[in-house]
Amino acid sequence: MTKEGYGMLINYQYCTGCHSCEVACRKKNDIPLGEWGIKLNEMGPWKIDHDPDHTTWEFDYVPVPMSLCDLCEDRLDQGMKPVCQVDCQALVIEVAPVAELAQRMLELGPKTAIYLP
Amino acid sequence: MKKEQAEALSTENDLWLRTNCWSPPGCHPTSCGLYCHIVDGKLVGVEGDEDHPVSQGRVCARALAVDEVQYHKDRVLHPMKRAREDRGLDKWEQITWDEAFDLIERESKRIQKEYGPESIVVFNGTGRECAMWSYPMCFAAFQSSNSCFAMSGYSCYGPRNAISFYILGAGYPEIDYAAYFPERYDYEEYEVPKYMIIWGKYPLISNPDGLYGHAIVDLMKRGTKLISVDPRVTWLASRSEYHIQLRPGTDAAVALAMLHVIIYEDLYDHEFVEKWTHGFDQLKERVAEWTPEAAAEICWCSAEVIRGAARAFATNGPSTIAWGLAFDTSSNGVQAGQAVLSIAAICGYIDVPGGVTIGAKEVFLGKWWTDSTAEVDPEVWSRRLGAAEFPGYAAAQTHAQSDRVLDALETSYPYPIRMAYYHGTNFLANSAAHAPHRWYEALLRETEFSICSDIFMTPTAMGLADVFLPCATMFEHNGVVMPHFGRNMHSLGMMDKMLDPGDTKSDLDVMIEIGKRLNPDAWPWKDGDDFFDDWLTRFYPFDLDGLRQIGSYQPGYTYRKYETGGLRDDGQPGFNTPTGKVELYSTLYEIFGEDPLPYFEEPHYSPYSKPEMAAVYPLVLTTGARKWGSFHSEHRQVETLRDIDPDPILEISPADAERYGLKTGDWAAIENPFGRAVERVKVTPGIMEGVVHAQHGWWFPEDEAEAPSLYGVWKSSVNSLIPHNEMGKLGFGAPFKNVICKVYRVESHDA
Repeated sequence: MTKEGYGMLINYQYCTGCHSCEVACRKKNDIPLGEWGIKLNEMGPWKIDHDPDHTTWEFDYVPVPMSLCDLCEDRLDQGMKPVCQVDCQALVIEVAPVAELAQRMLELGPKTAIYLP
Repeated sequence: MKKEQAEALSTENDLWLRTNCWSPPGCHPTSCGLYCHIVDGKLVGVEGDEDHPVSQGRVCARALAVDEVQYHKDRVLHPMKRAREDRGLDKWEQITWDEAFDLIERESKRIQKEYGPESIVVFNGTGRECAMWSYPMCFAAFQSSNSCFAMSGYSCYGPRNAISFYILGAGYPEIDYAAYFPERYDYEEYEVPKYMIIWGKYPLISNPDGLYGHAIVDLMKRGTKLISVDPRVTWLASRSEYHIQLRPGTDAAVALAMLHVIIYEDLYDHEFVEKWTHGFDQLKERVAEWTPEAAAEICWCSAEVIRGAARAFATNGPSTIAWGLAFDTSSNGVQAGQAVLSIAAICGYIDVPGGVTIGAKEVFLGKWWTDSTAEVDPEVWSRRLGAAEFPGYAAAQTHAQSDRVLDALETSYPYPIRMAYYHGTNFLANSAAHAPHRWYEALLRETEFSICSDIFMTPTAMGLADVFLPCATMFEHNGVVMPHFGRNMHSLGMMDKMLDPGDTKSDLDVMIEIGKRLNPDAWPWKDGDDFFDDWLTRFYPFDLDGLRQIGSYQPGYTYRKYETGGLRDDGQPGFNTPTGKVELYSTLYEIFGEDPLPYFEEPHYSPYSKPEMAAVYPLVLTTGARKWGSFHSEHRQVETLRDIDPDPILEISPADAERYGLKTGDWAAIENPFGRAVERVKVTPGIMEGVVHAQHGWWFPEDEAEAPSLYGVWKSSVNSLIPHNEMGKLGFGAPFKNVICKVYRVESHDA
């Protein structure tokens, strides 16, 4: 069960793939290796413009919260942020009521996602 | 976690305690803020300190898994000794600290007497707290002239500091990310850089050497645009407006071409150039031929990208440059560095808000380590290895020249080396030595006594040490985190003792005890805490306990000190160089026998400098990129982190992979006449054709401990491919990132 009405926003324009969310979640929830509460996915690099003077690349990291993620409901109830949100080195994770996150998504722009794990 | 939350959650035996992260286990002195969960005296986890002015709650995977280091079954928890003839064998015998210190005192005094103090070498690694202590340990305890960082040409940080000292007369030039100010990015005088050049560096992982890497992401979010100079398509490169994807080792050519564009298109800051630089006309003449087209041909990159990057950088101020290890790991790096500092200078970006901050050359304990050379007898100091041959090295460094240390070990010329102290360094595992097999064989044969201090048994300790001193971790002793080791120190952080060290000791406590036994007058302090109280109160209005209360102290920063007189020793305006200006034309390089102006020189082993050899070894080999799950050779035994980075990785382009019959997941040998390594193949378009990247720092704690295996340290020994004695003219910089090799598929990692 996750915190009711809450979701997790990931601004993957800025996710650097540092794995801190994975390890923070693994430690808090005592998740064994081979299983994840949140898992990082690597997309790229591959070219999206092949002109050698203007080569542009697709290269994103996208963390996805999984079934074991309860959005750190215990911490939210204590007025604290989820561990992945605190420890995230790129500060791209926000956990809040979904309606607020939808508004936030519009402010942040492209390459954002909201999850209901 | 915030302070009030930590206080609210803490009970008598269940505490959340604040600290600033450093070492051991290793990292750079970046001073990230942590809250540590201590239950019944045991560390059960950490999370970020959201009140920390620089890290703001953020924590890397290595720190999040640090409880696995603290309680790892393989940690060494008592001093041990072994007979010299048992080096390489797991025949350790537990001893007491008194026995260890008695043995060290007796053997040190014997060797000092028989062979002279200079026959003792103190080796240091990188990053860890003890990298601060190795110098005074060498100079003021053993009274030897030979402190050594065993990378050929001291190819890590030392060259950049020397270049900065010679060209700017200052400490380390760092990007301005407002780390000096409690208000951070909201500080009134601060400006967000328009552009940031990230050159031969990946701070997101490495956090070097006090730069909080993810501050770059902070700045990207605030509008800073990026220019990357890197042979690899890193994540930062993928988000750069300009990516100069260059052949490794050709950085100087790119920099000269950028200077050409900025000067000949008249994009530079005329006022700064006239008032505060020396040698602009000579530089202008030097770069006349360096069109972007000329550089592009050498560098295998696009002339348009070089031109565009130079224009964007010069015409959008303030902008800044993060320069990295690639300037150290090249025999032409001294020139590349001079050229890059010249770019920043002629654009007027030095010491301005949102530009490049410059620290003092030596402050706080950095000064102590230099001053401690006075404890070495002048006669002995004059025999510092390589100092007479390389005055341009010796004037900026207190280290011996590393190539000459290996020469002395191999030939006993000019004198033999008989004792070694491996101070928190595992250099056989490719983190801080070239040709590690040569160092191993020579040290094994030549040293009569050797000591290693570390937290785990390592290939270096197993192979070479007679005494093992177990270190206290960052939770088991008090310390002070000094970003950039004092050379551009945006903050001072308290590393707080919160766990019982048991039978381990901090490197500082060990050093003070050895110092008291060998040269007591230089070691008046009772212990490490007494030492910090003394030194802190000489410079700051607080002692160790005061710093503990503050947590992280930010000194502030004064911009444009060259106008106000804050840079020079004599208090006059200007820079602390012989001419009082930024020396685009270096009067000091000239004195040292080096060209006073920057130039490009082919890497000593490249397809152009060694065409016949390249017919057999056609690929350019670059190394040294960092991994999220480790700090150089550390963390290999930490399960959670090894799961992130399980194998040593060789990156190769799809075209080269097809040419050599390799696919992702294969094992491949990387070979040249100097050495060989086997790593796992990753085929990626993220590396340019003709270039491969092989990871460094690998050993395998799960492999056989005893020699010749030494935890499998020779299997992926990529530094064995790096030649000896190929540094630049000043004695700095060796080709760790730019040699040549061939690759071929092998059946297994052991093949």
